[in-house]
Amino acid sequence: MSAATTTAEPAFVAKTKGGQITNFVDERVGGSGILREFGRKVFPDHWSFMFGEVALYSFVILLMSGTFLTFFYDPSMAETHYTGSYIPLQNVEMSVAYSSSLNISFDIRGGLFMRQVHHWAALLFVASVAVHMLRVFFTGAFRKPREMNWVVGSTLLILAMAAGFTGYSLPDDLLSGNGLRIIDGVIKSIPVVGTFISFFLFGGEFPGTAVIGRLYVLHILLVPALILLMIVAHLFMVVVHKHTQYPGPGRNDGNVVGYPLGPVYAAKAGGFFFIVFGVIALIAGLFTINPIWNYGPYDPSPVSAGTQPDWYIGFVDGALRLMPGVIGDFHFEFVIFGFVLSLNVLLPALIPAGILFSVMFTYPWIEQWITKDKREHHVLDRPRNAPTRTAIGMAGFVWYCVMWAAAASDLIATHFHVSLNDVLYWLRALFFIGPIIAFIVTKRIALALQRKDREIALHGRETGRIVRLPHGEFIEVHAPVDEYKRYKLVGFESPEPLPAQPNENGVVDGSEKRRALLSKWFFEDRVAPATPSELEAAHGHHGDHEAIDSSADNKSISR
Amino acid sequence: MGNHSDGSPDTSGTVARAGQGEVDKFQDPGLPPHRLRLADTDPKAAKRAERQVAALFGISVVGTVVFIISYFAIDLGGDTSNATVRLQNTLLGLGTAFAMLGIGIGIVHWARALMPDHEVSELRHEIRTEEDRVAAMAIVDEIVEETGIKRRPLIRNTLLGAVALAPLPALAIFGDLGPRPDNALAHTMWAPEDGKLKRLSRDPDGTPIKASDVTIGSAFHVIPEGLNELEEGKLNEKAKAVVLLMRLDPASLNPSPGREDWAYNGIVAYSKICTHVGCPVALYEQQTHHLLCPCHQSTFDLTRECKVIFGPASRPLPQLPIAVDDEGYLVATSDFKEPVGPSYWERDMHERSNNNS
Repeated sequence: MSAATTTAEPAFVAKTKGGQITNFVDERVGGSGILREFGRKVFPDHWSFMFGEVALYSFVILLMSGTFLTFFYDPSMAETHYTGSYIPLQNVEMSVAYSSSLNISFDIRGGLFMRQVHHWAALLFVASVAVHMLRVFFTGAFRKPREMNWVVGSTLLILAMAAGFTGYSLPDDLLSGNGLRIIDGVIKSIPVVGTFISFFLFGGEFPGTAVIGRLYVLHILLVPALILLMIVAHLFMVVVHKHTQYPGPGRNDGNVVGYPLGPVYAAKAGGFFFIVFGVIALIAGLFTINPIWNYGPYDPSPVSAGTQPDWYIGFVDGALRLMPGVIGDFHFEFVIFGFVLSLNVLLPALIPAGILFSVMFTYPWIEQWITKDKREHHVLDRPRNAPTRTAIGMAGFVWYCVMWAAAASDLIATHFHVSLNDVLYWLRALFFIGPIIAFIVTKRIALALQRKDREIALHGRETGRIVRLPHGEFIEVHAPVDEYKRYKLVGFESPEPLPAQPNENGVVDGSEKRRALLSKWFFEDRVAPATPSELEAAHGHHGDHEAIDSSADNKSISR
Repeated sequence: MGNHSDGSPDTSGTVARAGQGEVDKFQDPGLPPHRLRLADTDPKAAKRAERQVAALFGISVVGTVVFIISYFAIDLGGDTSNATVRLQNTLLGLGTAFAMLGIGIGIVHWARALMPDHEVSELRHEIRTEEDRVAAMAIVDEIVEETGIKRRPLIRNTLLGAVALAPLPALAIFGDLGPRPDNALAHTMWAPEDGKLKRLSRDPDGTPIKASDVTIGSAFHVIPEGLNELEEGKLNEKAKAVVLLMRLDPASLNPSPGREDWAYNGIVAYSKICTHVGCPVALYEQQTHHLLCPCHQSTFDLTRECKVIFGPASRPLPQLPIAVDDEGYLVATSDFKEPVGPSYWERDMHERSNNNS
């Protein structure tokens, strides 16, 4: 039998040269099978699905521009005297790292451009990861079966910030050196091991001569490798799960509606890479980012006012600023058994970020526990249709933004000519009440939008046409929506609070009681989707309602 | 609008009741009918779109040419201002932008205007089928059985123990990332060397400061004498030793017991390293006698021995005891009596040992 197969002629002979080469590869890697599986795979299309793409593409651009920069950058902290062509720093003593960064900017053609592309792409990378995660959160895309991919994505956000931070310090300029100084101060506040960690990171006392080289290896090797690994895992799971889709006519949890990969989706996604690259190049060509030549080499003595970290570190810096070191006569730095506990540094550095990231990582399971919803979801929630989740997300977002704004407290004070102290007092208050206000306002807006949806589904949309009836009454003509549009407005679930349920022993335990309370909190304010019988009823009554509903005679008015 | 839900379950006529959703629900009408685009019906529109796409690809070619010309034609060497660098950067950016946007927008326009825009529906499949699960379980059981790991706990337990310990060398080998901190943070360069007191000198040039140079209201950025001449670890020493020197009306200083002779004629010296996280406290507000850290806005009151009056710092800035030598130059009479800069776990221990020595 084996003899028969070895002697058999290959069934297919390609006619062209290109075809023969393709066939050669295909016979050896099985490309036809892959193409058969994926060539027409369906992807749903929506503008909000592009944030993840932006993140992926800016990472590719980071790899390309970063590789260019490594050819010219030298991560040495050895002292040198600058001899490049930027006159104001001629003969100034500086590190080789800073000198080579200046050379990239001034003496290597296209070097400044690549540096700016790299920095702008980095800012965009973290931003697009963050916005993508907000999209996933607010649409409920993290629900089963995508919880693990949510965790991978959250890890990617942390890695993106780590990549940004390790890269930010590499030019060894005054600004980034002060950033490292702050990190050192935060590390030293860690109980028991803080001083050791600081000495191990810097290879001795701050700033030492080791840290830039170490950050460089982290920045160009370890962190990008981890990011790449996580991206592979992320995309693998996207393929396994197939993409989520927004609710609408013809879309349900059992199907996926969209464009086939080839040609439309591949063309759009592939073209979008060039658009992202083009936009980053445009920004890099027109807007200066991180003009390291203005700052000078790192020196522990000078500092300029109004210095800012890159945006994604801002919320931690802001938290550091918000924390009072002393309230009245109460000091947040304690001496316990002869050791120093510096809560004025430790608390703001760890607690807000810790809460944000813990809630982020565990949220899919928190919600699942409250709702007891263990079903698979492939159709997204419109944010208004999950009012409590949307409100939780906005509370967290506002909390983050208050801290982020606090990182610019001095700039707010100087730009708006207000007292620096007052800005901080206000932000301290907002730190606590901002999320609560955001929660309440968001939830009310979401419920109001749901009611608006009901209104449109049942009574049609407002046309803006005012008609006077024979008996003198003025009415606005409402035009009915078609069944497709209506289904988009009514095709959602509105779960009710789930009361505490006894476990297998017939006992309602404490944890179940707490869950029931949370379930009530989650779902008690709810607007149910309009039903066919309500539509029927809305058609039936005209008299006591200012809106004229969709029916034949109204259409004749609107014509 | 009378009959809307107010959102609460009890007062609303529009809230779904249990079971109601099952029977009384709008049915999915299915995918909306496909709407043709202009280019689908009008060959002229299709031709126009085709030309637009080609034009966009043409723009990309122009962008690439712009990039190459501005790379080779602009010479960075001759010009010493950075105007040339800026010009080249702008042109490289515009060239790349046009090259990339031309391709990108061209392809997307092609896909949107000319490629079929029929939405397709595909069924989702179970991520894990029950059949697969059963088969996989059977395989795992078989593998476990063949290893015999359940029957031979000795092998299992020794393996677990070995694997648990094996990573320890990987941790230990990082032990030389840095030296032990010991008491490196407790001292600065200000400590007198061989009985010779260190002069206060200007940052960055290192010239010594005469007490008579310090007028009321003035402030000096100060480094210890000899810092600039250090061969190694200059920045490390500077990161601990930098000092701000100011002269106030002696009456406005309120030295606490034991600190009366730390100032000279209203001249005081305080560590410039913030006790919060170590930024240089570089801003001196002459009128209010406040020192402000530009990083996190910790504010220190000079007239109260740099007590914290605002911001996240919790400890006053350490004061450097100063006096005047025979030639009228300012000198530090000793090192700081406490470690400078941000707090750390062993800080209090170091402060106590500094004061005992």
